[in-house]
Amino acid sequence: MVLFEVFINGIILGGMYGLIALGLNLQYGVARILNLSYGEFFVGGAFTAFFTIMLWQYNPLLSLFISMPIAFAMNWLIYQYLMTPLIRRAPDQDALDADVVLVTFGLFFVFQGLALVYWSGDLRGYTFLSTPVNFLGATLAMNRLLALLGACLIAAVLFVILRRTRFGAALRAITIDPVAAGLVGIDVRRYSALAFAAGGALAAASGMLVSTFISFSATTGVAYTLKALIVVIMAGVGRVTGTLAAGVLLGVVEALGGYLIDPALTIAINFGLFMLILLLRPTGLFTRA
Amino acid sequence: MLDALRNARAAAALIVIAAIALAFVPLFSSGYVMSVFILLFANVALATAWSFFSGATRYISLATAAFFGIGIYVLAIAHVYVPVPVALIAAAIIGFLVALVVGLSTLRLRGVYFVVFTFGLTELIHQVLNWWEVKINHTVSRFIFTDVSNIAIYETLLVAALITIVGSWYVNQIRLGYALRAIGEDETVARHAGINTTRVKVVCFALSASVMAFVGAVLALRYPYVDASIAFNSTWSFQVLIAALLGGGGRAWGPAIGAIPLVLLSEYLAGTFPHHFSIALGLCFVVIVYFLPGGLTRLVLRLYHSWLVPQLKKAEVL
Repeated sequence: MVLFEVFINGIILGGMYGLIALGLNLQYGVARILNLSYGEFFVGGAFTAFFTIMLWQYNPLLSLFISMPIAFAMNWLIYQYLMTPLIRRAPDQDALDADVVLVTFGLFFVFQGLALVYWSGDLRGYTFLSTPVNFLGATLAMNRLLALLGACLIAAVLFVILRRTRFGAALRAITIDPVAAGLVGIDVRRYSALAFAAGGALAAASGMLVSTFISFSATTGVAYTLKALIVVIMAGVGRVTGTLAAGVLLGVVEALGGYLIDPALTIAINFGLFMLILLLRPTGLFTRA
Repeated sequence: MLDALRNARAAAALIVIAAIALAFVPLFSSGYVMSVFILLFANVALATAWSFFSGATRYISLATAAFFGIGIYVLAIAHVYVPVPVALIAAAIIGFLVALVVGLSTLRLRGVYFVVFTFGLTELIHQVLNWWEVKINHTVSRFIFTDVSNIAIYETLLVAALITIVGSWYVNQIRLGYALRAIGEDETVARHAGINTTRVKVVCFALSASVMAFVGAVLALRYPYVDASIAFNSTWSFQVLIAALLGGGGRAWGPAIGAIPLVLLSEYLAGTFPHHFSIALGLCFVVIVYFLPGGLTRLVLRLYHSWLVPQLKKAEVL
């Protein structure tokens, strides 16, 4: 029975990982930009929620109306004014990747430094919806369930947009082949910028949802960038439902591994699983060969 | 050709003079100046070693901290049983062997996958080592008891940095260096031209790793104790990467030029304004990519050819 509770906890944890990774997958899948400053927008969302409830005493969910548009706008600007010159200049994807990794890593340092200067390095947290609920026989906090629901909701919306709308079809076309997409009349740059911006907004949203039950600080962003990256690479670039599934797999393995082997080894187990998948299936678990 | 030969001779003479001058620095300087120089030589050696493999092949590795940390731990464990020089050499050899195994299994990953993998490798070794120390050895840190003087550390690192630069220059002159650059240009073409790309990559990766492990082991002599978080701190990976890119590739002395301003900047800022150091570091990245794509090397070469050479000609030195 304890094992089952561990398992459920793993699923909740994994749903969180999937949620964090969704935005990154949108950015990397459609815009082909690996944004290493992604986690800073997660932290931004978390801090906005924190200030909303602690400073202004509103429901933290309302903070989404502030943090998501800001993150959207910032990421759109980053794509338009920082990434586009690099894309124009790069002779091939390898050279572009190297430049992008450096620039977004630089942005990560700048954002983190600014956050440290203005918000300090203290660990922050607040209580919101921490009432226990019974979920399939396991007792969980309401806020964790909310994050899982949020993850499923966002994934469902993304899935419908990508599969059922003309806009989504254009995004999928860009994911498969940006050059060919341009040839059939899709404005690749505009759509990529929108996808990139939307990914950033999702980072802020996931930051808000996760901040209800995990404390955070100005320096926690990079850990979430890394987690998200692991999930994206495990799932395969551009897969929405796969991202959620890979997140859940990672969460369950982490929870079970921590319970069965040693809690001190959870990070090691995480990386071990990730590296195994990278070696066996470098293109991801959920891509067609 | 004659000109190139003269240039090479001038460069060699310059390096020899600089090395001799630097070797005598400890006679005149305070402990603080020495420690800055020690840090500088360590970074020069690391950045040169990094650039030797990653700069040439464009496989961006974040495993510097992993090999560096392996060196630290080999020294911390071995110095109790064997003399320090033996422990240092053992560190280099173990770094080489670990890189050989890692390289064989991972060098088929390209681009971002390789970057993330090498970062993950550092974290994995860090976590497993931490667990092993706590669970099996019931300790979190190891003390280092040696009586190696700062001067010895200084001279060792100076020699290590010089050997790395000269070695990197030498390898670039021979077939191995051509093969390495061919892989960086286009790996498929290199393979079709008959280069055993796997062997070249793995050997060079391991060579660069052995330098990193050696430097880690030498620096460990300065620590009173080490733990897994000190040894496997990813900041090393990033700082070395920035130094190498700031310096630029194409010349063996490039990464060294990049390491100098970075070490001085971090020495100045990290102590007084740690957050501002991170912002400055980040802006450094952005500036390098947009305004200095060839790094400082290209800037230095341009200044040399467009300003210094005409000046010298006018003064009838050349």
